[in-house]
Amino acid sequence: MDEISYAPAEGLLSLAWLLIALPAFGAAVLLLAGRRADKWGHWLGVATIGGAFALALAMFASLAGLDDKSANLDLFTILSVGDLDIEANLLFDPLSAVFCLLITGVGFLIHVYAVGYMSHDPGRRKFFAYFNLFAAAMLVLVLGGNYFMTFIGWEGVGLASYLLIAFWQLKPAAATAGKKAFLTNRVADVGFLLAMFTMIGTLGTVDFAGVFNGAASLSTGTSLAIGLLLLAAACGKSGQFPFQTWLPDAMEGPTPVSALIHAATMVTAGVYLIARSHVIFSLNADVQTAVVIVGALTLLFGAIVGCAKDDIKRVLAWSTVSQIGYMFLAVGLGGGAFALGIIHLLAHGFFKAGLFLGSGSVMHAMNDQTDIRRFGGLWRKMPLTYATFAAGWLAIIGLFPFSGFWTKDPIIASAFAREGWQGWAVGGAALLGAALTAFYMTRVFVLTFHGPKRWTDDVHPHESPAIMTVPLVLLGLGSLGAGGLMASSVTTWLTPVFGEAHEVHGHLSHTQVTVATTIVVVLGAALGWLLFRGGTDEVPRAAAWPVRAARADLGGEAVNRGLFERPSRLAASASVAMDGRVVDGAVNGLAAGVGGTSRRLLVMQTGFVRSYALSILSGAVIVVAALMVVVIQ
Amino acid sequence: MNEAQQAGLQIDWAGLAPMIIVFVAAFAGLLVEATVLKARRLVVQVSLAVLALAAAFAAVVMNAGKNSAAFEIEGVGIGSVVLDGPGLFLQGTLAVLAIIAVLLLAERRTTRGGDFVAEAAVVADSAADRAQRREPGATEIFPLTLFAVGGMMMFVTAGDLLTMFVALEMLSLPLYLLCGLAKRRRLISQEAALKYFLLGAFASAFYVYGMAMLYGFAGTVDLAGINQAGTDSGQPRMFLYIGVAMIAVAMLFKAAAVPFHMWTPDVYTGAPTPVTALMAACVKVAAFGGLLRVFNVGLASSAWDWHLILTVIAVATMLGGAIFAVTQRNIKRLLAYSSIANAGYLLIGVIALGEAVGQTMFYLAAYGFTVIAAFAVVSLVRDGDEEATHLARWAGLGKKSPGTAVVVTILMLALAGLPFTSGFTAKFSLFSAALQADELGLVIVGVISSAILAFPYLKVVVLLWLNEPAPDAPTVNLPSPMAGTVVAAGVAATLVLGVAPGFLLDIVDQASIFLNT
Repeated sequence: MDEISYAPAEGLLSLAWLLIALPAFGAAVLLLAGRRADKWGHWLGVATIGGAFALALAMFASLAGLDDKSANLDLFTILSVGDLDIEANLLFDPLSAVFCLLITGVGFLIHVYAVGYMSHDPGRRKFFAYFNLFAAAMLVLVLGGNYFMTFIGWEGVGLASYLLIAFWQLKPAAATAGKKAFLTNRVADVGFLLAMFTMIGTLGTVDFAGVFNGAASLSTGTSLAIGLLLLAAACGKSGQFPFQTWLPDAMEGPTPVSALIHAATMVTAGVYLIARSHVIFSLNADVQTAVVIVGALTLLFGAIVGCAKDDIKRVLAWSTVSQIGYMFLAVGLGGGAFALGIIHLLAHGFFKAGLFLGSGSVMHAMNDQTDIRRFGGLWRKMPLTYATFAAGWLAIIGLFPFSGFWTKDPIIASAFAREGWQGWAVGGAALLGAALTAFYMTRVFVLTFHGPKRWTDDVHPHESPAIMTVPLVLLGLGSLGAGGLMASSVTTWLTPVFGEAHEVHGHLSHTQVTVATTIVVVLGAALGWLLFRGGTDEVPRAAAWPVRAARADLGGEAVNRGLFERPSRLAASASVAMDGRVVDGAVNGLAAGVGGTSRRLLVMQTGFVRSYALSILSGAVIVVAALMVVVIQ
Repeated sequence: MNEAQQAGLQIDWAGLAPMIIVFVAAFAGLLVEATVLKARRLVVQVSLAVLALAAAFAAVVMNAGKNSAAFEIEGVGIGSVVLDGPGLFLQGTLAVLAIIAVLLLAERRTTRGGDFVAEAAVVADSAADRAQRREPGATEIFPLTLFAVGGMMMFVTAGDLLTMFVALEMLSLPLYLLCGLAKRRRLISQEAALKYFLLGAFASAFYVYGMAMLYGFAGTVDLAGINQAGTDSGQPRMFLYIGVAMIAVAMLFKAAAVPFHMWTPDVYTGAPTPVTALMAACVKVAAFGGLLRVFNVGLASSAWDWHLILTVIAVATMLGGAIFAVTQRNIKRLLAYSSIANAGYLLIGVIALGEAVGQTMFYLAAYGFTVIAAFAVVSLVRDGDEEATHLARWAGLGKKSPGTAVVVTILMLALAGLPFTSGFTAKFSLFSAALQADELGLVIVGVISSAILAFPYLKVVVLLWLNEPAPDAPTVNLPSPMAGTVVAAGVAATLVLGVAPGFLLDIVDQASIFLNT
């Protein structure tokens, strides 16, 4: 493989730090200014992210004009210990460029939407502060020029995610969900840390260039370890199996948070990490297989559970889990599929953000209800929301010529191209996932906007104000067109990062896959339409075991409870007992001993000069005697 | 042509300048008492003392790098005053710490007229005494302080036992007086002064006796000569051992090592707080400067003989000071016992000899700044006119005076040796140096003692922040420009030496070689 090196940043590209500094500045001002910023704070938040978007666009253009398509900006040294130097450097290359555009672009639209969505919330300034903090941390994550910088961003988005999920912290469900997300991520982050330690131990660096160039010299075991550890971290952040349970609960946060953090950007960080580390992942077939299995398993898992949920945001959340499964599948397949994963990620960023904001608009109209069984017939009342949600629905199920078609079909085709039975297995899973996606998304769509009204008595649906619908329309347009526009151009754009893609031929030709996918998608959607056009019961009915299992998240919670919660509680109460009886006992006993000794010895402190002099005298006698003893010996 | 020149005597006047400046200023201070109007004396005396000490510090800096005797005959040094790295560094440290201590002595805002009595000869608690409480305190304290500081500067550069003895008395006598000059609780103050004087005289007797023994053994009082004699003297070694023991006892008394420590809590509590600060910071520097020189220059050749007993004393001092401190209820007594424990840590540096000289000096400087600031804070927290020294009175100070409580917290954490304070860097560098010198056992005891000692310090912090203040909680007299400056300087030094100790560690590293070792 060619030596990987990154050219130093020049001109406009040396302003990469400003991309991060703008939203960070916004967050700092909003947090420090306090109530004084309540009136105008949200506009500052929007302005900083808008400025960052403009800068990202300009930098994107100037990167396009470069030959070597990379710009490395050294800021300062974070740590210098022995042979290890960790720099704070930023890397702006085609991969980070598209992420920057996604984060700032979609982020800008969602910020604007949130101005309307949060207008009645007393904590709006704090919300925008955290939102800007998130954007800054996410940009650190994708711009970091080494694993340590990525990790700083990684933890930063974790913090922002925690703060925003638990934004309505007085609601017990929100507080619990925030904690759950944070703890799950912490467990997975250990993988990231261990991966970095392994890199430092074996290669002596965490620089991208250093790690990638040295990766070939690693032993198979080491590269397997690094790959699996990074995969664990990626699974945690992206809500992939077995860490999927926190993501649906994260929907307790305000809807713009779900749209930006838990759909469009942060949860795709795992995909970014694997794509960025493609050199390591391509090195070891076992790691790749692991990624593929995680992806295939999760995409089915999410799709199945998505079919059984009645909360509009939770369906979308499980759909996110499932769609990121597709992206993992793609980056796990390697080769040309790396770019496919990124393209699906970008397209997904648009349509899923649009769907979430649409659901937020619906919730606004329905007094913050989220139960699709109590919706129905909303298309008349909120035509713009309806149209944009329809665009997202068409995009996610992947009908020609909408986004998903251009981005999901090639992934399914690549899955079938994998050698041997694995090709049939993962290809089949991906195809089945597409059918299920069509079914549950149709179910949500139909139950929400069509069929008879099943509203509770106190709701009076209305269309949302323009500040919310304009971003919706823009994202809707993006949902429809983005996939088609990006399919080939982004592949070319990413070539400097992933290398030339080779045409792959597998069990099924691309045409066969396209036809098959279209058929199953149409079947799935039609089934959804037929079953739910007449509405549904307003309370869940008793159902057969597969539905019950899906309603129970396929046992994910039960496994967590049995495998982690109960043993942890046991261990916790055991250690409390240990701490209370043994440790505290020893410490208190020791303290009492020292105190008692102190009081007893202090009796000598009589206050009489004669006894002090006696003490000096006896000390002197002892000193002389001791010296004499030395002599006699 | 006088006799001296005929004998070829050369005197390094520049090298003697720091001491000359301080002593001349002290005499000038006495003249000020006799000539200047009472109302103006304070300003004149304080400016004179501060300027003299600053000039002395400048003179020390000019002398930096010298490594010679101040008096030479025919080019051969006489040991009486020795200008070498440790001597100059400690002189400089003494000058800076003394400036801060003088500012604290000059504080007159915390209580009307300051903490010092106007006429010490008036019978305590008589009607005349009550009448003079409204008058400003005596200004003789400044010349007395200058004499003591001059003696300390001489003590750390004295190269023979006789000069050292003169210096010892010169630093001690003014301190005995200063201890008895408190305006409040005069009887306790006078008792402290008397105790200190009696026991100090007792210790001096040991010193003189030890000096006689060593002269008998070596035929000289010169430290380098005694060291030489340690290997080639024909006299019975008995003289050497008794001499070493007696000299050690006298100096360990000044350094407050167990079992020669008992005066410390009583004197620290009874003396006016600014004087206590002066003793805790400057006398500690002088005493250990002398110990370092005597053991490194004079007794290095007999190290094997005294190593064991000094180790025992160090252990007893470290553990004793820490354990006694645990049950103290009075902040001044707590600081007194803590100063005993710190003497134990510093003894490790003495025992480790050449390897740890620099680190011991760093510890002295770091500890001096912290402890001066700590006593300055003690002088600020008051119940009416009196200092609120009982710790129970400090409960909940964080709620009423958060600024003061933050300062106390920083100082307590520094004394407990937590990172980002000078207490940590000083302990760390001293203990690592001791490890280099193979003193593992002492280091382990030092760490255990630090752990025990952390308890009373942290108890103060808990008391400040986590307890509810009493309704009649003491007031904090801020801002008092003088004491405020002292606290600020002490805390700043504590933090700077904790975060960026590099520059001072470099200096002590270069200044760690004694002449004639």
